[in-house]
Amino acid sequence: MTRKRRRLIGVLAGLGMLGIATALVLTAFSDSLVFFYSPTDLKTKTVPQGRSLRIGGLVQPASVVREGDGQTVDFRVTDGENAVAVTYVGALPDLFREGQGVVVEGTLGGDGIVHAATVLAKHDENYMPREVVDALKQSGHWQEGAAPARGEGAK
Amino acid sequence: MIIELGHFALILALCLALVQSTVPLLGAARRQLGWMAVGRSTALVQFALVALAFATLVHAYVTSDFSVANVYENSHSAKPLLYKITGVWGNHEGSMVLWVLILSLFGAAVAWFGDNLPPALQARVLAVQGMIGTGFLLFILFTSDPFHRFAPAPLDGRGLNPILQDPGLAFHPPFLYLGYVGFSVAFSFAVAALIEGRVDAAWARWVRPWTLAAWCALTIGIAMGSWWAYYTLGWGGWWFWDPVENASFMPWLVGTALLHSAIVVEKRDALKSWTILLAIVTFSLSLIGTFLVRSGVLTSVHAFAVDPARGTFILLLLLIAIGGSLSLYAVRAPALKGGGLFAPISREGALVLNNLLLSTGAATVFIGTLYPLFLDAVGGAKLSVGYPFFNRTFVPLMVPLLLAVAVGPLLAWKRGDLLGALQRLWVAGAGVVAVLLLGLYLTQGGPILALLGLALAAWVFLGALVEWAERIKLLRAPFGETWRRARHLPRASHGMTLAHAGLAVTVAGIAASAWNAERIEVLHPGQSLPISGYVLTLDAVAKAEGPNYSADRATITVTSDGATLAVLHPEKRFFPVQQIPTSETAIHTTLLADLYVALGDNDGKDGWTVRAYWKPLVPWIWIGAVFMALGGLLSLSDRRWRVGVAVRRLPKGAAAAGR
Repeated sequence: MTRKRRRLIGVLAGLGMLGIATALVLTAFSDSLVFFYSPTDLKTKTVPQGRSLRIGGLVQPASVVREGDGQTVDFRVTDGENAVAVTYVGALPDLFREGQGVVVEGTLGGDGIVHAATVLAKHDENYMPREVVDALKQSGHWQEGAAPARGEGAK
Repeated sequence: MIIELGHFALILALCLALVQSTVPLLGAARRQLGWMAVGRSTALVQFALVALAFATLVHAYVTSDFSVANVYENSHSAKPLLYKITGVWGNHEGSMVLWVLILSLFGAAVAWFGDNLPPALQARVLAVQGMIGTGFLLFILFTSDPFHRFAPAPLDGRGLNPILQDPGLAFHPPFLYLGYVGFSVAFSFAVAALIEGRVDAAWARWVRPWTLAAWCALTIGIAMGSWWAYYTLGWGGWWFWDPVENASFMPWLVGTALLHSAIVVEKRDALKSWTILLAIVTFSLSLIGTFLVRSGVLTSVHAFAVDPARGTFILLLLLIAIGGSLSLYAVRAPALKGGGLFAPISREGALVLNNLLLSTGAATVFIGTLYPLFLDAVGGAKLSVGYPFFNRTFVPLMVPLLLAVAVGPLLAWKRGDLLGALQRLWVAGAGVVAVLLLGLYLTQGGPILALLGLALAAWVFLGALVEWAERIKLLRAPFGETWRRARHLPRASHGMTLAHAGLAVTVAGIAASAWNAERIEVLHPGQSLPISGYVLTLDAVAKAEGPNYSADRATITVTSDGATLAVLHPEKRFFPVQQIPTSETAIHTTLLADLYVALGDNDGKDGWTVRAYWKPLVPWIWIGAVFMALGGLLSLSDRRWRVGVAVRRLPKGAAAAGR
């Protein structure tokens, strides 16, 4: 085995690996990316049904209804302009409250209700998911200083 | 007064770091021993100064000196002492001081333990360490000053985020930083070697222990973070492919590759320039991790506070460090002569495969982590890349790696016998078949991929044992002979077995998560909930008071076939200072499975939502990680790394000639 041949094999192995990785990444990109929509986007844009998506906004006050089984929770997420109904089965994060920012990941059903797979709430009182801030800003319902968003300063 | 002393010490440390990054470098170029020696003394004194600065900050936290802005913002007089101390690094400024403390600790260690190094190499390594130190000290002093005071002092502080007030998380950052920053030594060695234009087996022998130490700490740090997420977040997840987790996982992957490729440099004098590149990339990824976490481009519990100046500053540091080292690499690496030749099927070949797969895996994680940020930065769509992406890119790449882990160590250097190796692995093959059959019988065609994962874990575990048994001739020679061989086997060899076995244990723990069971129900006191053969009975929920919180504390009895196994006390805590509720879960573990209980909300009357999970083999994830780290430590204690101890007594010239 000469040095040249060894190098050739090395380069081929590296290229092969790169090819495999690219193929894996591209196939995964084509159907496992999760796009973000605000409640207004859901009203105005066509959103594919059954595909994973994220929505963000505030939990609409007085919209949270817990069903008797202790697992199912229905609520509405609003950006001030529009609101979308969400239903979730499972354990809500500790910091889930009415009027707080949340990000919901799930799928949009034919009934226009988002069936949530996960609900993310903020970790502490100073932090609001950036997507929520952007959604609120777009709808013009963002109040500067109302809930200081970490990450805002960087923009 | 004391805090100003700390500030002053940190400024002095910066001055010393400037000296450390120039004088030894000039000395090495001009072959002046006196100038080179400056590196050692500055590194030691710099550590003492940063330690002093850190100590003053700890003092301010312990005595609750709220005239210091940093203490006011992140501490509270009612906080338990442990969290007053760990609160020092529970915020941006303090954690950066810890970063620099560990950096200077490694610099001092190179100065202290490195007197078997050729003086020019040591001087250059310390100079590069000094440059990194300069960058980060400037960063602290100009953008993240932890010593800022205000007057008049507030009466009490704002407290630490309760979610961070936890023993698991208290020690997660120091370990993580030991790992991140520890890779700086490998980086400095790589840059020094590029400046010198020489990489040989001795170089690899010096680099490996540092890399190994950093790798062990990073392994523990990541495991701790994941364990913390598991028991605090209340639903038993242990890995989320969150960008912040990925930031620590990427250096770990490439660091693991570096650990393995350095073996080839040491034993066979090959793969030199690749190893140098890996050393640069590993630390670069640590820096990128620091950037992602500290600049605020990500929003998470780790992004403490955001200031655009900080992001820009770290980005600038990143550009200088990564751009500079890679340019140097581009110029100097072609001059590094490759050494020993080897066939594709050989120990070297297997290690190359390991490196290719680990670095490709790291690349997919990198893309998945940075693509959404990139797209957001250029004003594209907002999207997130979650676990489905990583399951479909990273996981398939790890399957061939795990298959190869068992085979590689059985191949000879230079030219290996794949068929022979596979024949010797028949025990492992039998184990795989046994696991598959048993699994199919028990689960009646359950999740087949998870079953394959378990079989893969059995393959790696038994493969590691086969290699070890072969080395000590277990059952093939009289017991005395086996014992003698086991005692004389290098510790690095035992370490490898332990680490590979640990990897198998972790893989098994991950694969078994497919069989999790979950129940969520509203229970009134006296009612019970069955899950996976256990019965949980909610006896009562009572109020309880903690040092800085109040809690609803449940008493839940776990029975199985009528026998009481455990009494669990999950809590729902409320921290009045921050107005934040948290959950304290309760876990009953048999080491083969965890029964995980969290207390949810009250329904307004006397009903409580109780969430129960049964998670088979989940403790193995962290047990395996501990095995891996212990394997690394065992290898670190190998005599081979201490050759310097004997050589040190010889005059410097003789030691150099002996190599």
